[in-house]
Amino acid sequence: MAAEIGHFSLILALFIALLQTAAPAIALRRRDAALAVFMEQAAYGQLIFVVVAFACLTYAFVTSDFSVAVVAANSHTTKPLLYKVAGVWGNHEGSMVLWVLILTLFGAAVAAFGDNLPERLRTNALGVQGFVGLCFLAFILLTSNPFARLDPAPADGNGLNPILQDPGLAIHPPFLYLGYVGFSMAFSFSVAALIEGKVDASWARWVRPWVLAAWCFLTIGITLGSAWAYYTLGWGGWWFWDPVENASFMPWLAGTALLHSALVVERRQALVSWTILLGILTFTLSLIGTFLVRSGVLTSVHAFAQDPARGVFILGILVVLTGGALVLYALRMPGLKYGAPFAPVSREGALTLNNMLLSVAAATVFLGTFYPLIVDLMGNDKISVGPAYYQITFVPIMIVLLLAMAVGPMLKWKRDDFRAVLGRLKRPLIASGLAALAVLLITFGRNAVAAAFIGLAVWLIAGSLAVLFRRLRLGSVALDTSLRLARTTPRAFYGLVIAHAGMGITVCGITAMSTWATEKIQMMRPGDVLQLSGFDLRFASIGDVAGPNYQAERAVFQVSRSGRSVAELTSERRFYPVREQQTTAAGIRTNLLSNLYVAIGEPNDSGGWAVRFYYHPLAPWIWLGALTMAFGGFVSLSDRRLRVGAPQHASRRAVLVPAE
Amino acid sequence: MRRYRILAMRRVAGVIGLLLTLSAASLAVTPGEVLQDPKLEARAREISRNLRCLVCQNQSIDDSDAELAHDLRVLVRERLTAGDTDAQAIGFMVARYGNFVLLKPPLQADTLMLWFGPALLLAVAAIGFGRYLRRSQAADRSATATPLGADEQERLDAILSKRRPA
Amino acid sequence: MLRLISLVPVMVFAAVSVGLGFSLSNDPRKLPSMLIDKPTPAFKLAALDGGGGLSSDDLKGKIALLNVFASWCAGCRVEHPMLMALAQRSGLPIYGVSWKDDRATGASWLKANQSPYVQVGDDASGRLGIDLGVTGVPETFVIDRTGRIRYRHAGPITDEAWQETFEPLLAALRSEPQ
Repeated sequence: MAAEIGHFSLILALFIALLQTAAPAIALRRRDAALAVFMEQAAYGQLIFVVVAFACLTYAFVTSDFSVAVVAANSHTTKPLLYKVAGVWGNHEGSMVLWVLILTLFGAAVAAFGDNLPERLRTNALGVQGFVGLCFLAFILLTSNPFARLDPAPADGNGLNPILQDPGLAIHPPFLYLGYVGFSMAFSFSVAALIEGKVDASWARWVRPWVLAAWCFLTIGITLGSAWAYYTLGWGGWWFWDPVENASFMPWLAGTALLHSALVVERRQALVSWTILLGILTFTLSLIGTFLVRSGVLTSVHAFAQDPARGVFILGILVVLTGGALVLYALRMPGLKYGAPFAPVSREGALTLNNMLLSVAAATVFLGTFYPLIVDLMGNDKISVGPAYYQITFVPIMIVLLLAMAVGPMLKWKRDDFRAVLGRLKRPLIASGLAALAVLLITFGRNAVAAAFIGLAVWLIAGSLAVLFRRLRLGSVALDTSLRLARTTPRAFYGLVIAHAGMGITVCGITAMSTWATEKIQMMRPGDVLQLSGFDLRFASIGDVAGPNYQAERAVFQVSRSGRSVAELTSERRFYPVREQQTTAAGIRTNLLSNLYVAIGEPNDSGGWAVRFYYHPLAPWIWLGALTMAFGGFVSLSDRRLRVGAPQHASRRAVLVPAE
Repeated sequence: MRRYRILAMRRVAGVIGLLLTLSAASLAVTPGEVLQDPKLEARAREISRNLRCLVCQNQSIDDSDAELAHDLRVLVRERLTAGDTDAQAIGFMVARYGNFVLLKPPLQADTLMLWFGPALLLAVAAIGFGRYLRRSQAADRSATATPLGADEQERLDAILSKRRPA
Repeated sequence: MLRLISLVPVMVFAAVSVGLGFSLSNDPRKLPSMLIDKPTPAFKLAALDGGGGLSSDDLKGKIALLNVFASWCAGCRVEHPMLMALAQRSGLPIYGVSWKDDRATGASWLKANQSPYVQVGDDASGRLGIDLGVTGVPETFVIDRTGRIRYRHAGPITDEAWQETFEPLLAALRSEPQ
């Protein structure tokens, strides 16, 4: 019964989406107020029905209703409840419902909280959002119905892939989707602006919170994925430039560019056409990512069902949405005026540089991801693009970006003097140099590259703090005055400092992990001791243990350092009888400065076990830094100015700017 | 099939409580595979890191537990011991498996766009930005360039007076 | 009003879409063989179970199939009836290579299941497999009279594959001058 309700709900949502799309076009001559109210209600209606559908699907999973095909394919009665729920989106059909849920969530949020938006913009944006929803609801109902029934229903299901039975999996997709489906709102706003034919400072101000929100969630989603890979895969890898990882990274890069580009539009009404283009492209990259994962075009450990038929449908959606938006862009862009001019050395100039670098970085990742496909289509050759490619092409772009990131916020708008800026950055420069020197000395000059990167990270962190100190006039005025300035400084400013510093933290983590990680793999018998980087790992015991849906061998290890006990780590080799799969659960101890990582492997014939022990210095900083970036974003989001928006003058409609 | 990994030991240099070691990547090499000559072994490691494990998802043979990865690691070491240069050892693999086995794509006619694309895009973006700057500055300048003629000033005054009640 | 530069994004996107469209009919896992039209690598394998083993010389002078298999491979079991049928009806000699398998296990598997092979060699180390560019089993090679490899089929030989790919190729090979 629940499945039928869910199915019917989706159909209703589809019809509402149809109305939501058509309304702005049909009701061109109607009074705006009536239409605006209708659009809001349509957005709420869509959300409600998709929530009902999602709830029905969750109900089917939680009650283990194996007459529903996806439940049978992906769940099992012995699965713990958390994973029964997570299983809802651990498969193609269910994850598409989650996709649409977030799409309609953002639409409804704009309807609910977008009171400060001008009506026409809001109406058109909701219309576009409705159309996107229409496309995907059609996709679900026509090709990926999650409520398809099985007759007769099997007694039990196939279970969920053991690798996916993990708390990290439970939350990684929702955050990821909040991110890259959230960018659909930027897409809708961009297309709405193109439909109206005008983009001005207020547009940027209204759109930015939505982009920022999506960006924060995507940052968290990617971080969770990386951390999850780290502790699940058993050898400490955290980023593989896998096509599907890249598929989430490209929207992030483009989204970051969009965020910063919108700033220039807001302050100086410049870079308008590029910002609109980014608004379209960010969501396009999300759509391409969706296409990648579900069409079987590239092999990846992440990929869902390999179904070219579904791939055709998604490609169709892509062509309609992005193609349509870009055609509109081509028609309207020449009409978008230049904003106030600025000198190359200026805040706008730096933001433009940032824009350029991030866009080229996104394009580079795109090139690397899809090039094997291009070569495959061109002839009989087949190539692979591995991390080495990205190290040579992507990293240098990032280096320039990191250098610029500290300088940008220090620059004045419109025009500034390069030497003066460097003067303001004297202390960060010194700090950075000292840090690099320190690393060189400690490592006896062996890791010059790592020293340079640490210097870069310190440059970024110190530079961000310098911006803050300068704003607070720390040192040049009384402490009282500084504190007063601190209270009146807008939150967005703190957000900037925190986010940029977070990036520096991540760079430290990555550098340390790549340069100074150590590992040792050895056959050990209970009682044996392994030494690595000053730590002693004692293999204490091993025994059999039963989990809710698996059998495991659990090994207990004691880690000590100079005789003092540091931690007790447990690692398991789990066997899941339903899917006949084996996974390893690693034991990790983190003190947020470094990780100790142990994984038990296979036994040999003489009573020994393969044990892998790793020491990962500063590894936690990779994810802590990223979470700091997201936190900075949320701090920015809480800035009152973003919520208040532009004051509305009753006698004026939204103006064409600049009037020339 | 056995898939256990045993790793060779690493040297550790300890300084002021901060223990740093030589660069380490995750290894699947067994002690039996490690070559006696450390220079040859280092070369073998570097080559392995850039050879794709053909039966895995995006892993190098250096990282992978798979049987085929093990066989290829041993083979690389054999070729190096037999006197092959790095290029010859890699070429040996490519002759059998094609360019697919290279994780670092070769520079050839059909990968020119791959390798030079990013730099090209950067150049195009920079040029585009330069032109944008110049054009927007020119537009700004032309707006204030020539002073208004008498009749233009009249028209301007007329317009301004009409717009006064806001 | 249309400016040329504003058309660039939509044109780039059109190219990307076309590419993605074509990619849908492309199997990313198919690896082309590097040995097509090249001579079979020289090899000499010991026998699985008595007999004379298999060497590259045995493959010369006739059109033949070289099938790489293993007792632990599920696909080979699926392919086995097809190979038996081919051994009887196609008139082609099928040579077998037992890949990455224990010699005794391989031998007893063949004995229990009947052997479609004229001769079998033991490649327990997998070296010949590497020389042939094998990444999994089963794989079948079509070798012409001069000992050159003309085609590599990865996976079990299906009826469809036989009719659509093998038979036309074999017909062409047969009509080649001696």
